[in-house]
Amino acid sequence: MGVLSHGPKRVAARLATWDHGAVTAPTIDDSPSPPLRLRPPRHAVDPRAVGWWSLQLVLLAAVPVVILGVLGLLIAPARLWLFAPAGILAALGALAAVALPRLWFRHHRWEVTDEAVYTRTGWFFQEWRVAPLSRIQTVDTVRGPLEQRFGLATLTVTTASAKGAVKIEGLDAETAADLAADLTLATQATPEDAT
Amino acid sequence: MSTSDVSADGPAWERLDRKAFLAGATYTAIPAAGAAVITGYWLAVGSSLGTALAWVLPAFVVAVVAGGASGEWMWRVTRYRVDAERLHVHTGVVFRKRLALRRERIRSVDLTADPVLRVLGTATVRVGTGEHAGAEGTVTLWPVPRASADALRATLLAHAARPDGVDDPDADDGALARFDRRWIRFAPLSFLTPTLAAAAGGGTLQVAEWFGMQERVINTVGSWFGLAPALLVGLALVVGLLMVGGVATLALWVESWWNHTLDRQADGTLHVRRGLLTTRSISLEESRLRGVEVVEPLGARLAGGARVDAVATGLATGEEDKTESRTLLPTAPKELADRVAADVLREPGAPPTAAPLTPHPPAARGRRLRWALGTVLGGEAVLVLLGALLTPVLLHAAWISMLVLVPVAVLLALDAYRALGHTIAGAYLVARSGTVRRATVALQRRGIVGWTVRQSLLQRRAGLVTVMATTAAGPGAYAVRDAAEADGLALADAAVPGLLRPFLVGAHDDQERVAQPR
Repeated sequence: MGVLSHGPKRVAARLATWDHGAVTAPTIDDSPSPPLRLRPPRHAVDPRAVGWWSLQLVLLAAVPVVILGVLGLLIAPARLWLFAPAGILAALGALAAVALPRLWFRHHRWEVTDEAVYTRTGWFFQEWRVAPLSRIQTVDTVRGPLEQRFGLATLTVTTASAKGAVKIEGLDAETAADLAADLTLATQATPEDAT
Repeated sequence: MSTSDVSADGPAWERLDRKAFLAGATYTAIPAAGAAVITGYWLAVGSSLGTALAWVLPAFVVAVVAGGASGEWMWRVTRYRVDAERLHVHTGVVFRKRLALRRERIRSVDLTADPVLRVLGTATVRVGTGEHAGAEGTVTLWPVPRASADALRATLLAHAARPDGVDDPDADDGALARFDRRWIRFAPLSFLTPTLAAAAGGGTLQVAEWFGMQERVINTVGSWFGLAPALLVGLALVVGLLMVGGVATLALWVESWWNHTLDRQADGTLHVRRGLLTTRSISLEESRLRGVEVVEPLGARLAGGARVDAVATGLATGEEDKTESRTLLPTAPKELADRVAADVLREPGAPPTAAPLTPHPPAARGRRLRWALGTVLGGEAVLVLLGALLTPVLLHAAWISMLVLVPVAVLLALDAYRALGHTIAGAYLVARSGTVRRATVALQRRGIVGWTVRQSLLQRRAGLVTVMATTAAGPGAYAVRDAAEADGLALADAAVPGLLRPFLVGAHDDQERVAQPR
């Protein structure tokens, strides 16, 4: 390690602060308690993510609803057959936009320790991902147009594996930037070939 | 690029083979000749032979000259040089490219020589850096004189020599596998046989169409149905096509795998050489190896066969099929495959891929049975619905096919469950799954760069979990499917000590259920 010998410790200390940050209450985990299981990561995503996810779902549903609605207005004979699916889609979209983001908010969690990045996503298909800091190759944050309006950012950490990327959606933009900076430092402090 | 255009010191620039013109011309001449015959036939039918030749010959000549010119141009623009640090390549027909690959980044140097190149005494050299998964990390030199190609490979892979190679008693153990003609019995059992059989059927119709005889062919085949009961004729037709497919598969296998050898060279590089007409020579630097996969496709497995694939990072990618360039041993007897797997990994004892595995809970069997029956019943439901609406013939088709498909589905599901298993064997994580393509992977534990644990709501109810070890090699992740939740997590925890531990809760004394590293 040589020159870098002081590096990892300092970075570790900085990363450790993420451990003791605002610890939100762990979510309800209604699975039967097996002998060994993964605990939920410490941090919830930013509450604003609920609004962001809702808006995404609304926009997703709005596209076919608007198309069907416009067609319905223009084509009088088929009006019923165009308005009916539009109405059903609108109702489903509204339901999804209200229910799903709240469900996701309870299940999407993340954590960064001085050893690894750890996330949990999904409700029906739950997925936990762990990437050790020593194997991280790139760290980047992305802010889409909607995310910018909500002050959110997505942090993506990639390893040498084509399937090993760890993505944390719905982070507060500032948190994401700080986290990316710290992770980049920690990654530079690990000289080994990350494959 | 500070080192470009420095030729005062270091070796001189080398060029491609002067015969590039001939190679390019021959490449275009073969398909052009085919097209010319078909077009010529139609023109000759429509007018006279003279007119046909007058149209087709000049076009043919133009195509061949263009092919030759592109080869000549390639020869003119391409040059390469190996200095102490880099492989420099200047090339590009349309865009001029200047590449300088750092020699220590070069991971694979593959030589291919199709019949044209072999007659000309040349080969295609493909240099892979393993930097990118796509074609970006690969440089192709075509055509290079055979002797220069061999020398280039030797030079470029020289750095692969292991620093501890001198102390290693196994460093020069040479041959790992030698071609055996008896392996050919596994060839027709491949899924390629029915595929090629279907292709032969379709191909016949297509060619007939080119010559305007498609209807005649269909009528001829249709008239055969008058000779005997329709079922018998249909069966004979299928068997006939399958035999054609089998012969084609055999021919392909012989062309791909004839004279196959797998060697470990003194510097530790694994070297595969094979091919009857097109010879291929594939090198795999040992430091890129992350494990092996013993694959048993259904047909080969029933005959006791298995093949060995390398689990490696940064294999050169190009036109050639990716699976084939990963294959270290074609389908051969299972014991041999296991032994080769052990030899490739330098495991003196039992091969990790043959280690006894921890089975998965019966809930995994239930899932497989439900998937298999669900798929069959879904298809049957469509048939029954259509039958009720349209014609009762479909109803008969439904119950007859059900009688056949349900037992097949159940057998496949049970077999898929039997395949499931995982363990830790020394330095390797071993996982097995699959029935149509049963694969046992032995992945080096130090090659694991993270974990992805998946659990659907249904898996959660059944107490199952799918644990995926992510790695830089192969497809990026290898899965342990539907393991018992505690087993799967304990496996991941034991395979890479410390990584998953901080995120686990529950029985801490549960660790003994997974074998600790030796």
